[in-house]
Amino acid sequence: MLEIKNLHVKLEEEDKQILKGVDLTVEAGKVHAIMGPNGSGKSTLSYVLSGKDGYEVTDGAATLGGEDILEMEPEERAAAGLFLAFQYPVEIPGVGNMTFLRTAVNAQRKARGEEELSAADFLKVVREKAKTLKIDAEMLKRPVNVGFSGGEKKRNEILQMAMLEPKMCILDETDSGLDVDAMKLVAEGVNALRDEGRGFLVITHYQRLLDHIKPDVVHIMSNGRIIKTGGPELALEVEHNGYGDLLSEAV
Amino acid sequence: MVALDQSQVKDGVDQETVDAVAKLSGKYKYGWETEIEMDYAPKGVSPDIVRLISDKNEEPEWMTDWRLQAYSRWEQMEEPEWAMVSYPKIDFQDQYYYARPKSMQEKPKSLDDVDPKLLATYEKLGIPLKEQMILAGVEGAEDAPSEGRKVAVDAVFDSVSVGTTFQKELEKAGVIFCSISEAIKNHPELVKKYLGSVVPPSDNYYATLNSAVFSDGSFVYVPPGVRCPMELSTYFRINAENTGQFERTLIIADKGSYVSYLEGCTAPQRDTAQLHAAVVEIIVEEDAEVKYSTVQNWFPGDEEGKGGIYNFVTKRADCRGDRSKVMWTQVETGSAVTWKYPSCILRGDNSQGEFYSIAITNNMQQADTGTKMVHLGKNTKSRIVSKGISAGKAQNTYRGLVSMHPKAKNSRNYTQCDSLLIGDKCGAHTVPYIEVKNNSSRVEHEATTSKVDDDQLFYCRQRGMDEEEAVALVVNGFCKDVLQALPMEFAMEAQQLVAISLEGSVG
Repeated sequence: MLEIKNLHVKLEEEDKQILKGVDLTVEAGKVHAIMGPNGSGKSTLSYVLSGKDGYEVTDGAATLGGEDILEMEPEERAAAGLFLAFQYPVEIPGVGNMTFLRTAVNAQRKARGEEELSAADFLKVVREKAKTLKIDAEMLKRPVNVGFSGGEKKRNEILQMAMLEPKMCILDETDSGLDVDAMKLVAEGVNALRDEGRGFLVITHYQRLLDHIKPDVVHIMSNGRIIKTGGPELALEVEHNGYGDLLSEAV
Repeated sequence: MVALDQSQVKDGVDQETVDAVAKLSGKYKYGWETEIEMDYAPKGVSPDIVRLISDKNEEPEWMTDWRLQAYSRWEQMEEPEWAMVSYPKIDFQDQYYYARPKSMQEKPKSLDDVDPKLLATYEKLGIPLKEQMILAGVEGAEDAPSEGRKVAVDAVFDSVSVGTTFQKELEKAGVIFCSISEAIKNHPELVKKYLGSVVPPSDNYYATLNSAVFSDGSFVYVPPGVRCPMELSTYFRINAENTGQFERTLIIADKGSYVSYLEGCTAPQRDTAQLHAAVVEIIVEEDAEVKYSTVQNWFPGDEEGKGGIYNFVTKRADCRGDRSKVMWTQVETGSAVTWKYPSCILRGDNSQGEFYSIAITNNMQQADTGTKMVHLGKNTKSRIVSKGISAGKAQNTYRGLVSMHPKAKNSRNYTQCDSLLIGDKCGAHTVPYIEVKNNSSRVEHEATTSKVDDDQLFYCRQRGMDEEEAVALVVNGFCKDVLQALPMEFAMEAQQLVAISLEGSVG
């Protein structure tokens, strides 16, 4: 599904190399987790894959379903099926959550040459999906993320994901700022979307999210590289011993 | 223009915005001209021209005299220079002050007599003049009037009103809605009583010029206790080259009445600037309410600032009666230069004035716009919500006066001015003037300036919207308070305009 080869990335503004050769393949139907200390390049990877400005790819490649995504505009990557659940979802004052969702869904459908969803159909689907995430009608009407609590913001990200039905979902520190109950709710939302056609890349600092979203593969990232790959037990190892041992091993 | 074919407005920005961007790809949509033989008065302005205009409209002598007095005033006045706009000096003798389609020499008796080319022009603009087309999408519209919203339209083509729809139905309710030239002939007592009573002929340079040379415009009278059964609308279009358009609108809402009035404007795309100096007067008597909404989309000039309309407009409402209420809503996206301050004189006790404005400037456009709230009566209330958006190299100024007179005890004003900048070559300015001459009134002023945030745009694009859709969405969100104040037909149109007028402003 998602194939990253020898990816090197530096910041455009300053001459600072952030990713120094990342290799990673996420197969359809699998959940991969990336863990690592702060500043290891995890979030940069998610931004580069989704096409945020300010980064320069100096070497390597990334493809989604065989297509080179690095040359695409962010909206083309989205239409191709790439979704990023933001660590800090952005507020858009005055734009109703529902309007935002519908504009996004229809923009993607249009880009793919599909029929746009009618207002009635859209409403039906969105209500259904919102219910499972405990998002009420009032929250759908409020402006996008404005005045939302941390938990509401993250649930809203998952609702967008559920509506857009992407092929490849990247979750950037989705657990940050969540209490245990909110995290469970979010994890349930994600788990409901797991299916054999869809890949997940879950970026997290802590192991606790992975108690709820069980990964197939765990990668440890440090200093712009993936230094170790293993099964779910690798996450537990980090939980018990911290990153220290792994980092010194890698050197 | 009135989007009559839309039966509902969706929440916020929608597919329509998207389609608008896709379809219109950056060009001014209304920039074509209609080939119609025109009848011009000679270039320039003089007492003879004033007499000629009056004569062409078959006006009574009192009207001619009124105009001539205004003209001699105007000759002694200086063009104002205090606004934050700059443009080459206008040669007032190098303009045509009167132009009308030749086929209008004999005033049409009904719409069936109107030149089909004119009707085609309005159709092209999306204004179905023919009554049976008012309810677009409804077969046999006349037989099923209750299923859609009706809008009576008065269309002004260059200097002359070409036809007013729904007149009969309005007559039944006692509402007079006609061109001002007809009103001068048929309702002289009303015109004499009210014309110039809100904006006196000596008011300001452009208003005075207008008083001398106005060629046509709309007239509305809503009798006591009548709630006007439909929205009234005027549609202005400048077609002829080098022609100034000077329309005059007079709206009178008698005691306890209500009317909602919509105004839309376009002009063809030309290299030379054209002048538009209108006057709108509104009289609101006791317990009456008037809503006046404008979507102004005059040609803004090209990317280098060539051509476009100079829009110097005086709009004022006089809330004469107690508990009277007026609401101005404007969406200003066009014109090269805009100079416009729709104002409220809150004379009656407990009267209320509201002003909601979106002013968008792109490329080389300049706008100096705002409002005046003059509180004279006790317990009067006003509210100002202004959203200025600048892109390209445009300059956008909010200029507003809130004045509380000594007798305006316990009056209140709330002002909110928000500016949004797109790119780093444009400017936004806020110039509030506040005068409070009693100690029981309260004035609040809030102002913010922000930039369209890259993170917001990236967020929208990650969800699948292209850059222009994303900008339109964010900007429409910024304008939401004002868009909500517009009547349904205009809200759709305004959302599309926001999207169109900001095309190419990012990236």
